[in-house]
Amino acid sequence: MEGGTAGARARGDRREIESAVIRFAGDSGDGMQLTGTQFTQATAIARNELATFPDFPAEIRAPVGTTFGVSAYQINFGARTIKTAGDDLDVLVAMNPAALKTNLKDVKRGGLVIVDIGEFTDKNFRKVNYASNPLEDGTLDGYKSLRIDMSRLTLESVAQFGLGQKDGLRCKNMWALGLIYWMYGRDPQVTVDWLKVRFAKNQTLADANIAALKAGHAFGETAEMPAEVGQILVPAAPIRPGLYRALTGTEAVAWGLVTGAHLARLPMVFAGYPITPASALLHVLAGLKEYDVLTFQAEDEIAAACAAIGASYAGALGVTSSSGPGVALKTEAIGLAIATELPLVIVNSQRGGPSTGLPTKTEQSDLYQSVWGRNADAPLVVLAAHSPGDAFEVAIESVRIAAHYMTPVILLTDGYIANASEPWQIPDLSKLAPFPVKFRENPEGFHPFLRDERLVRNWAKPGTPGLQHRIGGIEKDYNSGNISYEPENHQKMTDVRRNRILGIAKDIPLQKVEAGNAKGRLAVVGWGSTYGPISRAVDRCRADGLDVSHIHLRHIWPLPRNLGDLLKGFDQVIVPEMNDGQLVTLLRAQYLVPAQGLNKVTGKPFKISEIESAIRDRLATRQAAE
Amino acid sequence: MNVQSPKKLLPKDYATDQDVRWCPGCGDYAILRGVQKALADMGADPANTVFVSGIGCAARFPYYVATYGFHTIHGRAPSVATGVKLANPNLTVFVVGGDGDGLSIGGNHTMHAIRRNIDINYLLFNNEIYGLTKGQYSPTSRLGTRSPSTPTGSIDPPVSALQFAMGANARFIARTIDRRQDHMPAIVARAAAHKGCSFVEIIQNCIVYNDGAFDSFAEKDVKDEQQLELVHGKPMLFGKAKNKGIRFNPKTMSLEIVTIGENGISAADIIVHDETNRMLAVMLCQLEPPNFPVPIGVIYCNPAPQPYETAVWAQIATAKEKLKGKPADLNAMLRKGATWTVAG
Ligand code: SF4
Repeated sequence: MEGGTAGARARGDRREIESAVIRFAGDSGDGMQLTGTQFTQATAIARNELATFPDFPAEIRAPVGTTFGVSAYQINFGARTIKTAGDDLDVLVAMNPAALKTNLKDVKRGGLVIVDIGEFTDKNFRKVNYASNPLEDGTLDGYKSLRIDMSRLTLESVAQFGLGQKDGLRCKNMWALGLIYWMYGRDPQVTVDWLKVRFAKNQTLADANIAALKAGHAFGETAEMPAEVGQILVPAAPIRPGLYRALTGTEAVAWGLVTGAHLARLPMVFAGYPITPASALLHVLAGLKEYDVLTFQAEDEIAAACAAIGASYAGALGVTSSSGPGVALKTEAIGLAIATELPLVIVNSQRGGPSTGLPTKTEQSDLYQSVWGRNADAPLVVLAAHSPGDAFEVAIESVRIAAHYMTPVILLTDGYIANASEPWQIPDLSKLAPFPVKFRENPEGFHPFLRDERLVRNWAKPGTPGLQHRIGGIEKDYNSGNISYEPENHQKMTDVRRNRILGIAKDIPLQKVEAGNAKGRLAVVGWGSTYGPISRAVDRCRADGLDVSHIHLRHIWPLPRNLGDLLKGFDQVIVPEMNDGQLVTLLRAQYLVPAQGLNKVTGKPFKISEIESAIRDRLATRQAAE
Repeated sequence: MNVQSPKKLLPKDYATDQDVRWCPGCGDYAILRGVQKALADMGADPANTVFVSGIGCAARFPYYVATYGFHTIHGRAPSVATGVKLANPNLTVFVVGGDGDGLSIGGNHTMHAIRRNIDINYLLFNNEIYGLTKGQYSPTSRLGTRSPSTPTGSIDPPVSALQFAMGANARFIARTIDRRQDHMPAIVARAAAHKGCSFVEIIQNCIVYNDGAFDSFAEKDVKDEQQLELVHGKPMLFGKAKNKGIRFNPKTMSLEIVTIGENGISAADIIVHDETNRMLAVMLCQLEPPNFPVPIGVIYCNPAPQPYETAVWAQIATAKEKLKGKPADLNAMLRKGATWTVAG
């Protein structure tokens, strides 16, 4: 299990473990996301490797104390490479009965549960249908528990600031964070500094929160803790030296797009419409105006896609973003960009569906939509990012392909990648090679659909003298760009649209094998945010001598040109996906390989153990059959 | 903004080599002529002019104008045009579409382009019918319109294009008629000169599916009696003898027709058109046949201090002031906020 405490040994008065998984869970109003982010920051500074999983409800302010209002933030950190947010929890901080009820099942047997007993009242039990007090009725049997009246202690610690009961209790998350900082030997200073900035305009709130944080920390130092709740040491990981920051997938995509546009020497017009979990991309980019980014909040998803297309027609890089339902609305416009052969980047932060589905939960079920989900034969390019850091590179690559091949590119991330944060070694962008776009300027022999040897048409922007031209969604003549309804011409243009996209396979890297051999008994093929659990599961199985390899796709369409041969080199292929079996269908259709799905759509990422046991099962079954 | 072309272009210089494919006798031909004349009169630089359209008969327009042009998808032309104008505010951008395109499937985009006040010029060809799909009633069709989809007559009330635009806080609205070649070019040129979204309803006869829908006021022999030609600063007079006029009745809070010389009415009673008066514009938009003549001309023109795209670019310029003239440093972007160094 990732985050296992196996191998613990005492060092000084701290118990040393290789890695730990902690989840902070409380009411949406309890500030659990902030608490988690702060702990992440402090942990990164302490040089642990880490991965996080923020998980929050769809409702903005669900009724207080209800199970559906529980917001949680999970972090896995360790002295070695960490690839997932962890399967099972070593520590659960439950700020109320609802948080305990919804999260206890994820705590490993013997794990530690820290609860605020100030919230464990009959009234709160009724809200979550606890018939009796879970602290007393055996619910916690098999777990260690630390029962503290955090509510009262928080109020005492902030009494001097004269806050009311309500505002005073709002500092409770900092009290809990202070305690966890003590437990894991983290320096609270990073949070003290952050609180000063956050509450710069309200000294009292800054002081109260800092007081609560320090009180929680001091409580750990002075209170008589049960023997098994001592302090813990997770030693620093061997991290490459350099400058680091925390990076979420959303920031990564935003900065990657901006970087890509600069490398292409294009101004960027980003048009979006609010939708969970994609809105944050619009927010980040709206703050980057000085980097030649124009952001436009359109009246709807369709208008956003169309404005981006209009911007590309005018010579900028048009970018739009959404989640699956919004991309569905943009579909006709994407078809227009395909027909008129204009650059367009569409970022899809996937979420659970169909329809409104699970807006705040992660899923990777828009692969069909991306590759095939349009009327008529309408090929485009699909790329998928597997982590926040990877999303930065994939965003740059999306811009390169869109601008240089005059095509829409769909960049797939998901709710998990968008929200999760990871430590990121900040690259030196001055080392990246630019890929400037050349606009058509010479009127000699010009027509808008003149193509080069890659079948890519020339890009002439309005404002250029002598290149006035008309484009549109109607089929156009291959030789002149004028409207054409000729049967042979439509066949030819369809071929051109297909071959131009397929030809991009020549300009992308060959598929590499992440771990294991290039042929063998079993390949686990993934895409997107399943990278972490697959990678870890394959590593573990390989450590046990199993012949299994991990292949992870960035290029979903066109596929890397060696992929078919690569897959054929394995006896078995399994494809874990957070959907009902989409990439697996694509691979089977494309290569006639007997790939099999491993599918999960619970709104939560795969556990390593789930993939690991699937690998072991397949290899064992096969062995038995032989 | 249009840079004056070095050589004075004629209306025919704005025509392309493409075969025009509207039905013979369609009002769109007249509009094409009127717009090409307007472009010539304005001295529009073809390289800096863009026509964007959606879907419908009217939407074929860009193929026939020798500027830049983009024939897009149904209803979405204002959105595409918005992107064009945002990316390059120096372009003069026209949107061309019909009543179904602009007021039905694309009503949302029309509304937001207008209220946002982006500097595009929306020419809405209103023929009160779906032509390209063979004659179904449209959102501007009059009650009772018989069509393939309403064989016993339409039962939903129509939308008024100009009232819709006023409701969206338009800052320029005007109306002209396909048959009024003497009137249309100046109105189109006024719309183009207006800074901000300008909305022009052009009454257009569909000879195949709705022929004669506007004869009661568009025909030559009735136009003096049935059209109210508005000119800023001029009294609202109409009729062959120019003796009929529009007066404000304070008791009923409405406009009414009066005749000079009758019932003690004198020229002083007639409203002088003030195209900056919003209340007046709202009332003018409501004048409809058969009780009133059809107002044509610039009904309302009251530019905002700056159009939308100017404000957008001003915010970008303000953000760039932080850079103090230096090029944007992407490395700095990635290093904003909390960072930490892992020593070797
Ligand atoms: S159908 Fe009507 S509007 Fe369309 S081209 Fe023919 S006459 Fe004109």
